[in-house]
Amino acid sequence: MSSIIPAPIARQPWAMLAPLIALVLLGAAVLDSAAAGNFTTFAMSHLIRFAVFLTMASVMALFAKDIVRMVAYPGYAVIVVLLIIVEALGFVGGGAQRWIDLGIIVLQPSELMKPAVVLALARFYGDLPSGMIPTWRSLFPAGVIIGVPMALVLAQPDLGTALAIGFGGAVVMFLAGLPLKWFAGGAVAAAVIAPLAFFFGLHDYQQRRVFTFLDPESDPLGSGYHITQSKIAIGSGGVTGKGFGEGSQSHLNYLPEPHTDFVFATMAEEWGLLGGIFVLGVFFLILRWGWSVALASQDRFSRLLSGGMVATIFFYVAINLMMVMGLAPVVGIPLPFMSHGGSSMMTNMICLGTLMMINRWNSKAGRRGLG
Amino acid sequence: MGLRRRRARRARPIVSPATLGASFERRSFVIGAVQGGIGLLLAGRMAYLSIFENEKYRTEAESNRVNLSLIPPRRGWILDRNGAPLASNKADFRVDIIPDRMPDPKREIATLAPILGLTPEKVRDLHDKIESARGFQPIEVASGLNYDQFAAVSVRLPDLPGVVPQRGFSRFYPTGPSVGHLIGFVGPANAEEYEKDRNPILITPGYKIGKDGVEKQFEQRLRGIPGARRVEVTASGRMVRDLATREDVQGKPLQLTIDGPLQDYAARRIGTESGSVVVMDCRTGDLLCMASMPSFDPNSFSDGIGRVEYSMLSQDERVPLRNKVLKGLYPPGSTVKPMVAMAFLEAGLSPTATVGCPGGLRVGNRVFHCWQRRGHGTVDMAKAIYQSCDVYFYHFAQQLGMDVIAPMAKRCGMGEEYPLPVLSQFYGTVPDPAWKMKKYGQPWQPYDTVNATIGQGYMLANPLQLAVMAGRLATGRKLLPRMILDPSLPQPPSMDFHGNHVEVIQKAMSDVVNGPGTAGRAKLPIDDVLMAGKTGTAQVVGLNISSGKGGIWKHRDHGLFIFFAPFDNPRYAGAVVIEHGGGSGAAYPIARDVTTFLFDPAKGMEALNALEKQWGGTAQQRLESRYASFVAAAGENIGRAPRRVEDVFARVDAESRALQSKPQPLETGAVAPPPEPIGTNASASPTPSPSPTPVRSTTGTAAQ
Repeated sequence: MSSIIPAPIARQPWAMLAPLIALVLLGAAVLDSAAAGNFTTFAMSHLIRFAVFLTMASVMALFAKDIVRMVAYPGYAVIVVLLIIVEALGFVGGGAQRWIDLGIIVLQPSELMKPAVVLALARFYGDLPSGMIPTWRSLFPAGVIIGVPMALVLAQPDLGTALAIGFGGAVVMFLAGLPLKWFAGGAVAAAVIAPLAFFFGLHDYQQRRVFTFLDPESDPLGSGYHITQSKIAIGSGGVTGKGFGEGSQSHLNYLPEPHTDFVFATMAEEWGLLGGIFVLGVFFLILRWGWSVALASQDRFSRLLSGGMVATIFFYVAINLMMVMGLAPVVGIPLPFMSHGGSSMMTNMICLGTLMMINRWNSKAGRRGLG
Repeated sequence: MGLRRRRARRARPIVSPATLGASFERRSFVIGAVQGGIGLLLAGRMAYLSIFENEKYRTEAESNRVNLSLIPPRRGWILDRNGAPLASNKADFRVDIIPDRMPDPKREIATLAPILGLTPEKVRDLHDKIESARGFQPIEVASGLNYDQFAAVSVRLPDLPGVVPQRGFSRFYPTGPSVGHLIGFVGPANAEEYEKDRNPILITPGYKIGKDGVEKQFEQRLRGIPGARRVEVTASGRMVRDLATREDVQGKPLQLTIDGPLQDYAARRIGTESGSVVVMDCRTGDLLCMASMPSFDPNSFSDGIGRVEYSMLSQDERVPLRNKVLKGLYPPGSTVKPMVAMAFLEAGLSPTATVGCPGGLRVGNRVFHCWQRRGHGTVDMAKAIYQSCDVYFYHFAQQLGMDVIAPMAKRCGMGEEYPLPVLSQFYGTVPDPAWKMKKYGQPWQPYDTVNATIGQGYMLANPLQLAVMAGRLATGRKLLPRMILDPSLPQPPSMDFHGNHVEVIQKAMSDVVNGPGTAGRAKLPIDDVLMAGKTGTAQVVGLNISSGKGGIWKHRDHGLFIFFAPFDNPRYAGAVVIEHGGGSGAAYPIARDVTTFLFDPAKGMEALNALEKQWGGTAQQRLESRYASFVAAAGENIGRAPRRVEDVFARVDAESRALQSKPQPLETGAVAPPPEPIGTNASASPTPSPSPTPVRSTTGTAAQ
């Protein structure tokens, strides 16, 4: 590379970072509009958080593989303990609680658990002798690693995050090469258990969300309100949108949560289909870069870790967008890099930081291999 | 066995780092493909929403954003004959609530109460209304607010869903209680009215419809056309800005024949009594005044009847909710005598024919008393009228018969329902033999004729009919009362009275006031105008129960007076009826002052001001202080008011109807005429009946 650009900067994966920064800037613009043109309300803290977590991700990227392997299990264990503490606090406090206030930051352990599960499973399958993959010894510990946090998060109750943890874990297991028939069996079991869990396991409000997802017009002012208003916002934006700051759905408060879960609808109302395609395009670029990192990895641990991280980011994006477009029930999952909120930004930046780290391992290995 | 198991295990494909690597690449490709697929699905869905359903969602976003609200039209004014408003509109700030949109009405009213200065009674009335009203019906919380209160509510709107502050117009009746019965009042439409006419304007906050009187009768004309306003609103209903406004079209004004100042004067002049005053124009039949008191303040009814108000009005034995001009029926007493005299004249009786009055008249084996037990001496027609001699009428009525009197009563407007734009009028009874036979299955008796000639017995009339009778006798023209001003002068047909009969009656009735008659004190304090009249005292209970002059209010005689002026060229005619006034002495001073006011307002006001000083203020002021003392006295213990104003009025109506249609006892004897209070030469107090002549005996035992 030319020497005009300093090496540490030129080394960064700009193929991913450039679209990401563009997306975050768009997110800040949307948040500015969602706060009725008030930059300081949401947009400024959004940008500051991004800057802080991008720095954190850059620092993460410097970690060596051995260190990461080493903290995989202890880190996982610490977060499980935190989850239990949160649960106990909630029990004592007499209500659902999802966070611990550490004074400096409000920590939401269930968010941290998403990358932690992926890391722990990657470590587990990375260490597991390949011969054991098709045996129960590959399944059982992984099931525990996924199941314990899922159960704790479900008890909070936070269905969306529990599913995200399960999805990330399942993708790692799938990529680890576990026999396909297990997944088929799992799918069958899920098909049997899901209705039972739905009727006996879910809270009333969660059940209602599913029903209204199936028929939002049945209750346009009640729980179908979110979906209906979100679709109105997206649909009324048209191809080019109503213009920056002109979205009536968000400005007049018809759109619920216009700056968090439904930020995409806020964006689509003002930026139209073009804005939506841009957002989808950015996520495509980021995820494709993630997969390229995974495929370029040399060892199983790195591959599984990067694949799991991509899946975790993808899960956020897919569920959120399906929700705002009326293709999935309303679950409280924000849109990465656009929604206002520290926890989701942190989780997604941890995932990206991990991918950047693996990318660095890869390029170092590549250089070493070349040299 | 062991061998087979080992063989089976070996049959499994070998898993090595290499195969796992390949599997990773395959599977990551699958996952990537699935993710790409979902990405395309999302892009497709988004394109579908924003391109193909754009139209639909744009409309929905628009209908979210834009709130079309109706602007209640300003009601047409109700004017008096000179164009002064009897009912106008006052710009004001008001606050309504729509219970359907209130998650917690109790809390919100508790927030509103201190801002709007609501009294505890008012708060309880509001809770009653919220409980019983259908949720979509707006309920008025307060009107006539000042800007600060209005602003204070407006800024709290985000915390007060379902509360609607707005600036608008409210109905204003400048003379308040004076026009209560005549004009009626306005109020929000009730559920039944909305069900009948599903006009969205009916449930627009601040919109009121006529509920009684002229307001109700001319609802469609007064209503006007609502305006509309397109406003940008937030999801919580807060207005952001006006987008477009279409002004309302005010309802058409309505001009009545009523003379506003006269109406107000008459109502106030009734004072603390319960009664009514009717004045009509003798040339056109225009009703100049239809005052009925005590009354209610229509201004305070527009938000419904509060519990205190209802309690105060319904417990009043003087029935402030009844329009006595049209729905008060009274025995006309001696006020029918000029009419009976006209009947005699028309039947051929000479006005100079005389009869000796010894204080009673024997018919068959019974004696009918004159009110003047000492007798009037020789009585001709004029004296019979101005001295109100009963014997004269007994005597000639026996000769000429009821068949002469009853048709004349009807010709003069008694028992008649007039074509007036009013909700209802009670039209009383003119008894005759056929009527009695039909109603009681009994033949007409001489004492029935005797009772009828002095306006007692079965005869009943409302004050309006008495005024019409006075007008027709005074002018000899068949005047028809009118309430709506019509510039065209009607040509009332002649009554076809013969010769100088009208003049005879005019002169005799003038002598009642200006000569040696029973109402000398009714003489106008104006030199060149002479008023003619006829007193009447209608007995309510028998003399054996009460003398009719004092004691229990309900037992006192009604005081009546019919009049016209000037006597020889009648310009105005009217009637005053004071319920339980204790005799005609309660009625004719009012007629005198009202007529004085017609000819010389300053002089009339002078008299009224002096009286109102004694009574403690104008009718409106007294009503307000009565309300205040009622609240202070009853306070917490007042029961709730009926849900709807209409019910209150329907109840009053039904009660008075029941009262009127109560099977009247069969008259079995002559009514002893109650004494006229003032007689120039007969001021003696009535002596008790020498013989126990029963009056209105309810037992049915025949009097001797």
